[in-house]
Amino acid sequence: MSRTLSAPVTVAFDYTRSTGPVLGRFLTGLRDGVLVAGRTSAGEVVVPPLEYDPVTHAQTTDFVEVSPVGTITSWTWVPEPVAGQPFDRPFAFALVTLDGATRPLFHAVDVASPEEISTGMRVQVRWAAERVGHINDIACFEPLADEASARPAGGGLLEDHLVTGVVTPVSLDYVYAASPEESTFYRGLDEGRILGQRCPTCEKVYVPPRSACPTDGTPTEGEIELTGEGTITTFCIVNVPFLGQKITPPYVSAYVLLDGADIALLHLILGVPADEVRMGMRVKAVWKPREEWAYSLENIDHFAPTGDPDADYDTYKRHL
Amino acid sequence: MGKQPAAVVGIGQTHHRAKRDDLSMAGLCREAIDRALLDANMTLDDIDAIVVGKAPDLFEGVMMPELFLAESLGAAGKPLLRVHTAGSVGGSTAIVAASLVQSGVHKRVLTVAYEKQSESNAMWALSVPLPFNMPVHAGAGGYFAPHVRSYIRRSGAPTHVGAIVAAKDRNNALKNPYAHLHNEGTTVESVLASTMLWDPIRYDETCPSSDGACALVIVDEDTAAASPNPAWIHGTVMRSESTSAAERDQVNPQASRDAAAYLWKQAGITSPIDEIDMAEIYVPFSWFEPMWLESLGFAEEGGGWKLTESGETAMTGRIPVNCSGGVLSSNPIGASGMLRFGEAALQVRGAAGEHQIDGARKALGHAYGGGSQFFAMWVVGADKPTS
Amino acid sequence: MRDVAVVGFAQRQMPDFDGSPTCVEMLVPILAEIYEQTGWTRRDVGFWCSGSSDYLAGRSFSFVQAVDAIGVTPPVNESHVEMDLAWAMYEAWIKIQTGEVDTAVVYAFGKSSAGVLRRTLALQLDPYTMTPLWPDTVSLAGLQARAGMDAGLWDERAMAEVAQRSLTDAEKNEHAIRKGGSSVEDLLARPMYADPLRKHDCSPVTDGAAALVLAAGDKAREVRDNPAWISGLSHFIDASSISNRDLTRSPSAANAAAAVDLDGVELAELHAPFSHQELILRRELGLADDVRINPSGGALTSNPMFSGGGIRIGEAAARIWSGEVAKGVAHATSGAALQQNLLCVLESSTGKGGA
Repeated sequence: MSRTLSAPVTVAFDYTRSTGPVLGRFLTGLRDGVLVAGRTSAGEVVVPPLEYDPVTHAQTTDFVEVSPVGTITSWTWVPEPVAGQPFDRPFAFALVTLDGATRPLFHAVDVASPEEISTGMRVQVRWAAERVGHINDIACFEPLADEASARPAGGGLLEDHLVTGVVTPVSLDYVYAASPEESTFYRGLDEGRILGQRCPTCEKVYVPPRSACPTDGTPTEGEIELTGEGTITTFCIVNVPFLGQKITPPYVSAYVLLDGADIALLHLILGVPADEVRMGMRVKAVWKPREEWAYSLENIDHFAPTGDPDADYDTYKRHL
Repeated sequence: MGKQPAAVVGIGQTHHRAKRDDLSMAGLCREAIDRALLDANMTLDDIDAIVVGKAPDLFEGVMMPELFLAESLGAAGKPLLRVHTAGSVGGSTAIVAASLVQSGVHKRVLTVAYEKQSESNAMWALSVPLPFNMPVHAGAGGYFAPHVRSYIRRSGAPTHVGAIVAAKDRNNALKNPYAHLHNEGTTVESVLASTMLWDPIRYDETCPSSDGACALVIVDEDTAAASPNPAWIHGTVMRSESTSAAERDQVNPQASRDAAAYLWKQAGITSPIDEIDMAEIYVPFSWFEPMWLESLGFAEEGGGWKLTESGETAMTGRIPVNCSGGVLSSNPIGASGMLRFGEAALQVRGAAGEHQIDGARKALGHAYGGGSQFFAMWVVGADKPTS
Repeated sequence: MRDVAVVGFAQRQMPDFDGSPTCVEMLVPILAEIYEQTGWTRRDVGFWCSGSSDYLAGRSFSFVQAVDAIGVTPPVNESHVEMDLAWAMYEAWIKIQTGEVDTAVVYAFGKSSAGVLRRTLALQLDPYTMTPLWPDTVSLAGLQARAGMDAGLWDERAMAEVAQRSLTDAEKNEHAIRKGGSSVEDLLARPMYADPLRKHDCSPVTDGAAALVLAAGDKAREVRDNPAWISGLSHFIDASSISNRDLTRSPSAANAAAAVDLDGVELAELHAPFSHQELILRRELGLADDVRINPSGGALTSNPMFSGGGIRIGEAAARIWSGEVAKGVAHATSGAALQQNLLCVLESSTGKGGA
């Protein structure tokens, strides 16, 4: 058995970016099939334009159209493409100095092997079938065998209907591992047990156990099984709907101090009207049916009142 | 060897809005930076080093965005640092920038903190579901609401005190042209009538989600001599504790109390309420005003709400709090702490405009973050510190 | 300036850490080692600063739990940078220079193997026009390597020589995860990976964490007989765009070199995750041929993200402590293709006759 439990997790969001006027001009150009460069105070013609001049620090306002044809000034082979790159088969990334520009543009070049590409090679833009004002409107560059066969340049700079925003999806796959101490906890839950551990220095009982007691910096140890009964220290009533919510509001989110533990867990309180939940209320764990158990605190569906008299404020006030 | 004197001579901020869709991230930062430099009568070429602060990178989906921003911020060819201490980051960033001057290493430091929250969804970015863990079932305010309940239980505060704070801050914001929310006609009654989101926190008692930035120019004694109204730094402090430790006081955390004690001692202050003329305190949920008043020593334990209720934290009160409208009126998370620090400096420079407290000589800037566990504070004054 | 020295260093490096992305489990023994080296407890530490990245961990506030490893009751004077350990150390050095504290422990951690590192790092680029193409780290380094080859500044043999020396030196470093030299010819006979780079030209994906201890004046002398005094510390950044800078140069490294005194340096620990980057750095730093480069094996044999730069400082410091050298320089880098660079000059003497 591995020391830790692990599982995949994807962190993904489609970011909505406002571009500001400079990058907006560049993306507008791509949408219209025009390569827009910016001229710096030092006379460099840069594509994409720099938002701010490297010397004067003023916003770039001098835009010029450059050619979709250019020369490779450096390249690298990409033998094992990663997700999201312009090709899912081996290809080249290159720096391409477009005719009319003095600085290169970074993009992909569609060639089948490293033997088919070299520094100094002439290439031209291959536009995407559909253009929306995004860097991927350039599908890639492709070798230009003969200058006469170059596709024509675009139709000049647009002054209105400028692109002001761009959506850039970011999706990353990770393998998330629980710490060894947390893994012990989740494995216990998978067997219907709530396991805590004690800090050998301050002797406080932590549920879940910790790789470092936050007071002392020492890992918690041992195995302390808790009954699942405890006291609500404090809580809030959730009335607000939000993305990903699993229960219809109103419901109660509460800190539950399990008997025998020195720190409260955050969990749901059900089985009682929200407005009847109280600080000090005695509750017990209500488990999901065994067949739904996993390595998760969600095996405990919620906590519900035991019906016992409320705990005295003095018994839990130092846990607030 | 003591710290070298340091002063704020330039302050700039953006017009904070839910979406600044007219600007890129660089443009947002530059709006604040250019105003701070103009205020300081400097250009980027005068700056020795730049310190950037912002909250989690997941908000904008850029890893260490200061790297791609470096040239636009004028940092290329200079030293650049990036601070990230959760919600307190705006304050911590200003403190790191100040320390570059106080150490004698640099003379003119620019610091900028920003958040462009409209690029994603803050609630998502703060609660990406992790395997094995309980999904977040309470949402953003759900983390803090139980601690507010604990405060109410502990202090015996009447339940409308939070609404007093919210109405005050929203009305103060009407005097601040940069504030995100300009909600005319907010009253205690209207706040109490707003939807209860995370009982005991109502809709009008929560902060907005904003795009915004704040920038400061912090300089040494010689450079400050050229400024008509430097805000001298009298003390700075950062303190951290754990999110969840057994028996941690989550209403009045020890890190907060320790930080305040250290800060007052450094600034030579024995009675904060008498010696501090105004305070910009990080209050993302209204109830944190009375909570922090107690923790900071403006009131005794259990007495914070009495200051609020009696109007002493209003602009006309004994200790005006958040004359700018505070976090309750503008919340670009990464910048929110620096806005507190900057607004405090504006006050002692007599430059706060319509929300100026007449004669303010000494002010507190305060920020906190994480689960009330990271604290950053400073005291600024119109007079150069004597020690 | 106060005399400040590096007096402690602990590290862990591995290909695949079996633990949480917050690396608390790795930090606990590292801090224990630090206390053992210094004879301190956590209460002797005036300031803490850590370095890490949320995107490496795949979650916001990944550094928050790390403070648990310190044990933070009572609360601590603490900060965090979204940067390498070397810059966390810079913030701590500044803090000591203000006079507020005399001692500091800085630490950093990262579980690179949790995601696809070379892809994750594409998020460091311009998010509007670069990241959507997902330029991976190896590709960017390849463009840089080819630019230098095309310009006649280096060739594949020079790169292989760097790899050969690094792999040979790594045999003596228990922490290195790739080691074993052969010969330059043998390395050149290996297949091209991402033309013009072979696999040995690229640092291995590495998980790890490290900590450094700083102390001022007598506090440093109490810890060690031969503290590694910081006689120079400087860092600079360049523009990010790989289109708009000369990839064969690193102005920020040259700027840092100009701000410190490298005369008489016997040793250089250079944070060069790709073989050709060592060649760029040697040129920018103006290092003489007799300067010993990367006796640890360097980043080419083990490169834990967010501690890889600071580890160079620790490796150089350890050779001052042992008396092996009297003056050394350590270097850290961040960003794509050597965008941001820090230099830390360490000496056995404070230069004030008081060492």
